[in-house]
Amino acid sequence: MVKKNQDAVLLEKSPTGIKGLDEITKGGLPKGRPTLICGSAGCGKTLFAMEFLMRGAMDYGEPGVFMTFEETPADLAKNFISLGFDINDMMSRGLIAMDHVYIERTEIEETGEYDLEGLFIRLGSAIDSVGAKRVVLDTIEALFSGLSNAAIVRAELRRLFHWLKKRGVTAIVTGESGDKTLTRYGLEEYVADCVIFLDFRIDEQISTRRLRIIKYRGSSHGADEYPFLIDEGGLSILPITSLGLDYPVSSQRVSTGVPKLDAMFEGKGFYRNSTILISGTAGTGKTSLATTFADAACRRGERCLYFAFEESPSQIIRNMASIGMDLAPWVKKGLLRFHSVRPSLYGLEMHLLTFHKVINEFKPQVFIVDPISNLSAAGSASEVKSILTRLIDYLKMTNITTFLTDLTRYEGSLEHTSEEISSLIDTWLLVRDIELNGERNRGLYILKSRGMAHSNQIQEFLLTNKGIDLIDIYTGSGEVLTGSARAAQEAEENAADLLRRREVESKLRAQERKKNALEANIAALRAEFDVETLEVHLMAEEEQVRQAIEAKNRLDMAQLRKGKTSDPQATRSKKKAKG
Amino acid sequence: MKAVSKTKGKKTKSDAAEEVWNLRLYVAGQTSKSITAFTNLKKICEEHLEGQYQIEVIDLLKNPQLAKGDQIIALPTLVRKLPEPIKKIIGDLANTERVLVGLDIRSV
Repeated sequence: MVKKNQDAVLLEKSPTGIKGLDEITKGGLPKGRPTLICGSAGCGKTLFAMEFLMRGAMDYGEPGVFMTFEETPADLAKNFISLGFDINDMMSRGLIAMDHVYIERTEIEETGEYDLEGLFIRLGSAIDSVGAKRVVLDTIEALFSGLSNAAIVRAELRRLFHWLKKRGVTAIVTGESGDKTLTRYGLEEYVADCVIFLDFRIDEQISTRRLRIIKYRGSSHGADEYPFLIDEGGLSILPITSLGLDYPVSSQRVSTGVPKLDAMFEGKGFYRNSTILISGTAGTGKTSLATTFADAACRRGERCLYFAFEESPSQIIRNMASIGMDLAPWVKKGLLRFHSVRPSLYGLEMHLLTFHKVINEFKPQVFIVDPISNLSAAGSASEVKSILTRLIDYLKMTNITTFLTDLTRYEGSLEHTSEEISSLIDTWLLVRDIELNGERNRGLYILKSRGMAHSNQIQEFLLTNKGIDLIDIYTGSGEVLTGSARAAQEAEENAADLLRRREVESKLRAQERKKNALEANIAALRAEFDVETLEVHLMAEEEQVRQAIEAKNRLDMAQLRKGKTSDPQATRSKKKAKG
Repeated sequence: MKAVSKTKGKKTKSDAAEEVWNLRLYVAGQTSKSITAFTNLKKICEEHLEGQYQIEVIDLLKNPQLAKGDQIIALPTLVRKLPEPIKKIIGDLANTERVLVGLDIRSV
């Protein structure tokens, strides 16, 4: 156990400084040991070796020796200046030593026993001259073609690798790949610590460079084939494997750029860092939606990277001006960057690498690919899916909101992305044509949107000169109507409405009139009644008066007759008159 | 570095009678191979180039930087500096026939 720990400590690694390689090898090449880089002609062996040496000298303070058996130092210096490596400058600063070993078989006659001590001495002297920690032998196989006694060469190579280990230098030995073996002369037999294979493949006229670590003694390493890229920044290798599903999520929401579309997503829009896919047939407004989203991002002050596989930046800007969107200021401000490239320009891996590279450079918050379906021109469906999976994982890891568009074909099902990546998508919008009554209109709906209560309505999708607008689609009387049909239906409905309203109004008026008539009637009756009542009262009063007079008359009569009053009779008659 | 110079004024029957053979033998220390090579070389020169040759022995252990100039990889290496063109013979020179072919001596 203790010994094991010690070993773990002992296996030191020498960082290569090559982008991505140190991740795959978990730290770099084995320090103080030789590593074999093999591959066919033109696969980038010399570049790999040179970058290892230059980065070591520039970034890690480890001077190096480049022993070239093929190209002359002058040629090498010329070739690598374009990659930003000034070999002559490094040599004059004493950080790099170069030795050109030239073996011409026709000039050499072999007579009897010999060894390659001369090579050791040259290498040793070069190492001492700069205090080298790194050594490159490119490619030592030239010894086999230069010298006829292979047995001696083999024995000497074995000795050389021992010697390199003893000197404690981290060495790279390059070798051309053979028919069935890794290298033409079986160098892998001698260099047992670390073997890296570079491959340069052409599939359907598209070339891809790939790197694979065949073995790495005493260390775990990525075992896949990793695509790599050679450009003006040197080599970049991309870890091909998916990064896993442990990325951070955000509950923050970002606007889609279309208020009515936001409304369909609980009024808030997409989740930040989510992956959004718009799929639809040609001419359904996918690019318009994508640029609207980009525009909204720039308005928020975010950086947006737009990969366009179909249109040039200026064409997109011109076209978007027609729907009232001015993207030019964002480009000028550096918030929006277009990256237009034909998908068939290079292989898929290269595309993925380019994505990574540009994303790392630009550090956007929003990343748009328009459209992803074009990638299938550069590879098979499974490859595209694997690329997109890795891309989406990477984007999620780096907290970038991804917006992809996908062109679906007419004959296929719409709810079927050409790259079969629907499971990777968080929010999926579908724009489709609705062909009706000699018109072609656009409809938009949300197929899915993870983690939110989204609208289930189909909306009519309009491209106006003021941008994108959504209108509730007409779904009355059992059919879906859009465009002028919807307008006609609406007009018809309006007319019917009006008619009905009129009818009701007139009925109301009639009723009002009736009411008025009724009230007039009532008033007349009441008046009549009042008159009657008055008459009755008058009659009653008259009667009273008459009775009173009568009573008086009777009293008078009685007085006249007897001279005496009869009170009780008088009271009774009074009561009668009142009742 | 040890230099052995044998330029005696005697005439020989070869064509390149007036030529001076400038030979350089690269070795690394006093190994058995280097001693054998030197012995063999001397013998051949005495036999075929008597009085017309000059042998310079370079010990790369002492002067490692000299290996670059003559593109020395294998040791021992014999370099014919003169007459031109430069010729190289590697090995302990045990095969006299081949040394003579390599040095272009058997041109008669």
